[in-house]
Amino acid sequence: MSTEVNNIRELAEREYKWGFITEVDEERVPRGLNEEIIRLISTMKREPDFMLQWRLKAYRHWASLEKAQAEPKWANVKYPPIDYQDIVYYSAPKKKPALGSLDEVDPEILRTYEKLGIPLAEQKKLAGVAVDAVFDSISVVTTFKTRLAEKGIIFCSFSDAVQKHPELVQKYLGSVVPYTDNFFAALNAAVFSDGSFVYVPKGVHCPMELSTYFRINAAETGQFERTLIIADDDSYVSYLEGCTAPIRDKNQLHAAVVELVALNNAEIKYSTVQNWYPGDKEGRGGIYNFVTKRGKCLGVNSKISWTQVETGSAITWKYPSCILMGDNSIGEFYSVALTNNYQQADTGTKMIHLGKNTRSTIVSKGISAGHGQNTYRGGVKIMKGAAGARNYTQCDSLLIGDKCGAHTFPYIEVRNASARMEHEASTSKIGDEQLFYLRQRGLKAEDAVSMIVNGFCKRVFRELPMEFAVEAQKLLSVSLEGSVG
Amino acid sequence: MSLLEIRNLHVKAAGHEILKGIDLKVDAGEVHAIMGPNGSGKSTLAQVLARREIYEVTEGQVLFEGKDLLAMKPEEAACEGLFMAFQYPLEIPGIGNAYFMRSALNAVRKYRGIPEMNALEFVPLFREKLKLLEMDEKLSNRSVNEGFSGGEKKRNEILQMAVLEPRLSILDETDSGLDIDALRIVAKGVNAMRSPERAMILVTHYQRLLNYVIPDFVHVLVDGRIVRSGGPALALELEETGYATDEPDAMPA
Ligand SMILES: Nc1ncnc2c1ncn2[C@@H]1O[C@H](COP(=O)(O)OP(=O)(O)OP(=O)(O)O)[C@@H](O)[C@H]1O
Ligand SMILES: [Mg+2]
Repeated sequence: MSTEVNNIRELAEREYKWGFITEVDEERVPRGLNEEIIRLISTMKREPDFMLQWRLKAYRHWASLEKAQAEPKWANVKYPPIDYQDIVYYSAPKKKPALGSLDEVDPEILRTYEKLGIPLAEQKKLAGVAVDAVFDSISVVTTFKTRLAEKGIIFCSFSDAVQKHPELVQKYLGSVVPYTDNFFAALNAAVFSDGSFVYVPKGVHCPMELSTYFRINAAETGQFERTLIIADDDSYVSYLEGCTAPIRDKNQLHAAVVELVALNNAEIKYSTVQNWYPGDKEGRGGIYNFVTKRGKCLGVNSKISWTQVETGSAITWKYPSCILMGDNSIGEFYSVALTNNYQQADTGTKMIHLGKNTRSTIVSKGISAGHGQNTYRGGVKIMKGAAGARNYTQCDSLLIGDKCGAHTFPYIEVRNASARMEHEASTSKIGDEQLFYLRQRGLKAEDAVSMIVNGFCKRVFRELPMEFAVEAQKLLSVSLEGSVG
Repeated sequence: MSLLEIRNLHVKAAGHEILKGIDLKVDAGEVHAIMGPNGSGKSTLAQVLARREIYEVTEGQVLFEGKDLLAMKPEEAACEGLFMAFQYPLEIPGIGNAYFMRSALNAVRKYRGIPEMNALEFVPLFREKLKLLEMDEKLSNRSVNEGFSGGEKKRNEILQMAVLEPRLSILDETDSGLDIDALRIVAKGVNAMRSPERAMILVTHYQRLLNYVIPDFVHVLVDGRIVRSGGPALALELEETGYATDEPDAMPA
């Protein structure tokens, strides 16, 4: 109809800015999944027996679910069936460089990060940010180890943790997300290749943001990360996770698990900027992001706060949740989820109140553009013992154009009469007149759209660490290119 | 060369012809008032000049500083120095007023190849304009127009004009809904903008603004056509007689 719309459509022609493939020699297990593959992965990683046994139990559980065709189907997303035997479950860069030394890293890998705009050489200098870079399935570089070690903080790859701190791993692995939790959690437990591990000792306030950049690289390699963060009594840690991924013709499965444990008076802040390859504008390719993230507020007065900015993936299926066990514990969820073109997102959170006077806050901002489908699915459960529990939920949707959709499914279950619940929801649309107003002041159409969207997301961006907030805003603008249609 | 030259402009919206042949010349230094009954096409004219794309120009030409205005996008017209104060200003939740104005100013500066202003450089300029419009500094950090009163929104439009310093300002009923003090302040803002290089088009229903901002010309727009033009006295006359007498086949008053 109007040229306004056409101009915006033109922007859609731009391609995914971060689509490129790095050539690195890889070591990989054969395609497919069976007990032998599980044993092979465990052997290649020189794991202690308890890990192998745990993986095998998880595999057997998953195989029974697979057989029963129990892959979850309740999410508001559509995709063709996944052939789990057609996936390579483990690959690692062959030339394994010495940890902590950038000079020994495959230059090809370093160039990849440079293209992403996160040159590690500079990151290293960037005071206050420790970077544990995950390239495909294995950690290649870990920096800032010394400063953290001085405080007794353990920040390393999951593989390292299994070797050096098996007692911590054995104690907490699967304690928040057991392998029986769901289909993808079982799959992850069986085959996960690596991830990050954090332990903050009693009374320690982690002096810097811990951060990880993820990236799927090897063609047709499923990525199964596993992250475990434990904050001991009276400690604090803020963890950042961010990623971009290269173009693929074939859909790729990403099934990560994140477990957080907060003990007495401890606080964990977990922030994510997710930008996996979303597929092309026709909806071909793109990552399937089926993630299980959960935190347990085990101790009294503990706090877990999730902040996420989800702009990527063809399909996102993700509910960072909090189990509020300790009395007076606090759970928070701040989310921005954007779907453009043919992206689908079914995301939200679960807040499970068990302890007395537990409090939770949910702020969800969903943005749909193009043919994008955006679903908020949130559950708040107040159990019998949770006297004085409180929840505040705010759930807003913004539509750009008229081919996209926004859906909201709030589930509330209250078993204690003293609970207080508040729920606010809204749906709005970027109007032609609002856009005209900003353009009349001199802003280009695309800048006008991203300004309106950034304003809409402000409440969530405020929760992100400063440097991440800036990155998130840029990412949102890039992801919005070619909205309206 | 005129700053703005409109020749035989015909405009349609949703299939209906709204403007039926407008001719108007505005030279630098001039202030033109456009008056006329509800629904006569005043806002449509203003928005077509500001390049709102829902309107279809079926005939005619518009030159802005000799350039083809109708070929410009809204942001290009804005960057070329055309400003429109909205009859109904819009809200931008979550975006601070000062930040918005700096972004707009920088968009214009960038277009013109002038270095952009950082927040520190912008503050003194912004303060000065706030003072001119006697506006509370608190409004500068609030979201654009969100929760502003009707009068505050109008004043905020004039604040934006003062910051952007456009060559041509089109004010669409900025005086409507203002109390007496606000009207005086807005008029002060408008007069501060008058200069030999700049021109203004004031769309209004009332003489009261024109008491403060004396126009050089007054035009009467009825049913998509300019039916009368004259000096400042014409506005006073209209106040007395209304628009109906100007329309030959109008309903008897
Ligand atoms: N987008 C549109 N679609 C359909 N009709 C429109 C559109 N815009 C304006 N019109 C019609 O064109 C006519 C002129 O409207 P316009 O807003 O320009 O009048 P106006 O002179 O500014 O009136 P007022 O004094 O009430 O502000 C009206 O009949 C209006 O309904
Ligand atoms: Mg009008």
